[in-house]
Amino acid sequence: MISDDEFFYGHKACGGCGGSLAVRIALKVLGERTLLTLPAGCMSAVSFNYPQMSYANNAIISAFAGTGAVMSGLKAGAEAMGLKDYHVLGIAGDGGTADIGIQALSGLIDRNDEGIYICYDNEAYMNTGIQKSGLTPFGATTTTTPAVPGGKGNIKPKKNLFEIVAAHGIAYAATASVGYIEDFAAKVKRASEVKGTSFIHVLAPCPTGWGIDTAETIEVAREVVDTGLWYLAEYYDGEYHLNRKPEEFKDVSHYIKRQGRFKHLNDEDINEIIRSRDKTWDRIAGFKQPGK
Amino acid sequence: MSETRFISGDEAFAQGIRLARALVISAYPITPQTIVVERLAEMVEEGQLDSRFIHVESEHSAMMAAMGASAVGARTFTATSSQGLLYMAECLSYVSGGRFPIVMMNANRATALPWSIYGDHRDSLSLLDCGWIQIYVEDAQEALDMAVQAYALAEAEEIRLPVMVNLDGFILTHTYEPVDIPDQETIDAFLPGRDTWDRLDPENPVSMAVTVGPELNEEINILHHKASINALDTIKKVDDKYRKITGRGYGGALRTYLTEDADYILISLGSISGLIREEADRLRDEGIRAGAVSIRMMRPFPRDELIRVLKGARAVGVIDKDISFGYEGTVYTNVNSALMQGRSHIPTYDFVGGIGGRDISLADIEECFKDMMSGRPEESVKFIGTEVEDDIG
Repeated sequence: MISDDEFFYGHKACGGCGGSLAVRIALKVLGERTLLTLPAGCMSAVSFNYPQMSYANNAIISAFAGTGAVMSGLKAGAEAMGLKDYHVLGIAGDGGTADIGIQALSGLIDRNDEGIYICYDNEAYMNTGIQKSGLTPFGATTTTTPAVPGGKGNIKPKKNLFEIVAAHGIAYAATASVGYIEDFAAKVKRASEVKGTSFIHVLAPCPTGWGIDTAETIEVAREVVDTGLWYLAEYYDGEYHLNRKPEEFKDVSHYIKRQGRFKHLNDEDINEIIRSRDKTWDRIAGFKQPGK
Repeated sequence: MSETRFISGDEAFAQGIRLARALVISAYPITPQTIVVERLAEMVEEGQLDSRFIHVESEHSAMMAAMGASAVGARTFTATSSQGLLYMAECLSYVSGGRFPIVMMNANRATALPWSIYGDHRDSLSLLDCGWIQIYVEDAQEALDMAVQAYALAEAEEIRLPVMVNLDGFILTHTYEPVDIPDQETIDAFLPGRDTWDRLDPENPVSMAVTVGPELNEEINILHHKASINALDTIKKVDDKYRKITGRGYGGALRTYLTEDADYILISLGSISGLIREEADRLRDEGIRAGAVSIRMMRPFPRDELIRVLKGARAVGVIDKDISFGYEGTVYTNVNSALMQGRSHIPTYDFVGGIGGRDISLADIEECFKDMMSGRPEESVKFIGTEVEDDIG
């Protein structure tokens, strides 16, 4: 299903970067005739350093808050110019999507302009040096939520971006993880076939910001799903669909303790994270369940 | 055949954009810009204009959507005013630095606080440095004509920069005047569709809006600067061609009036210029050699031409509908810099007025000329048309 060609290479992303893997796979699904826009963030910072361009397809940088708007412009411009057989793609990080770019994203979905918006979520402003974003999870230490002795780091839960997006009545939305790459690729494919706006929120570990080994990215990205701390789901035809329901959740404590950003958390903090996870799963019990 | 219609400045601008066949329009409403985008939306809905109208959710997105469309090669339009212009400010340097030839109408309006929907020039003048070409028009006819000419200027190969055309809020945007609307064939002969190599193209993929490090960043900006300066000549060529085809023209970056032998010259931007010319006529009847200069293009700034025009004057005044708080009017700063570079020691006076929509009367303008003739005022910046005495400390 995906191309053997590479469309994103020669870039300067860190070893083990989950975000760059998501970009690479998405472009392998969508191909060379993709009009891509990216705002400020890791994936533009590592790839647009003139004269060392890293995209084989058309790509343009957006102002940080403007991804959704540039996508609408690309689509309108492409129609006006009579282009055929192309995809409009926006790729932004968690801060660029859930914080500064959420207004433009909301406008894009409201207009239902055809295009695929992918949020690669590494759970903090990594490009600027690991500051808290609206998608930083409870308990993570960042440079703006430092875990001082006795402190917890970030005390706010992660914004529920997937359901915020779905609440617009979007044509297609999904969550994914680079740990389940076939699932992610299939969702990109599905998004590309939608008439209207589609959105994929893909969890993408950042070894530098998370305090894991560069070889652990995939493992950690699977574990976050297997522990139930991240769920794989879709929204279409006005309904939520859960894609994967673990028979039994894997050990949350193991997921937490292997990451430097959570090192300061104690057993009670971990229990808090488990309670929060269970509450989420109670809520999403209302989604259409896998195989049903 | 052209037709004459009684329309507002906003509507005249919309007619110009229709004739220029803008393919993509993205806009967010703000008083007193609204009529231009309402008219365009009607034209698109009624099928008079084959364009895609993007209903954006902010001015920031208006400019970003315009950039996306322009990047694919489409002729693109947006419009804003005041806080809207400030809200999209960071996008302005993206668009100019990326060399996207977007045309934007700005309805000049005061900036908050205090909140005001009425006109002055602080919005656009505060963004002189954003890399756009800035044009100021005087009436509804010029608004229509410059909407068309702006694309010829913006898309010229030696320029490839966005153009902001400024209309005084309400005074121009909402005042009805008879306007000659050229027919489509005439404008098509003047302005063919945009045809550019500089675009995103699936047949020839490129990266646009790139990062450039210190080793080349300054050079990229020098190219931008030179492209802007090219507009000083190109605007004359564009206008010559427009005059030949439509029978109507405006000249270049400056519009001068009775300046050749003038002792006292008053400089202005936009709609107030007509009143200054009227006062110059009146003073000439009294035997006073008065003249007027309307700066039609603030960026690039017509330094050399201004030096030549002002050379023989005894005194030069500037009416600034803006104030750079803590210093002086911005037009005055620019005029003084030109005179300094021209080794000129002509006394100059700054008259700040029209702030927040305050009317500038013929009597105010007469007062400006009298101040120049008598060597007053003592202070370099004089506020004109004030109704409350400044008795604060």
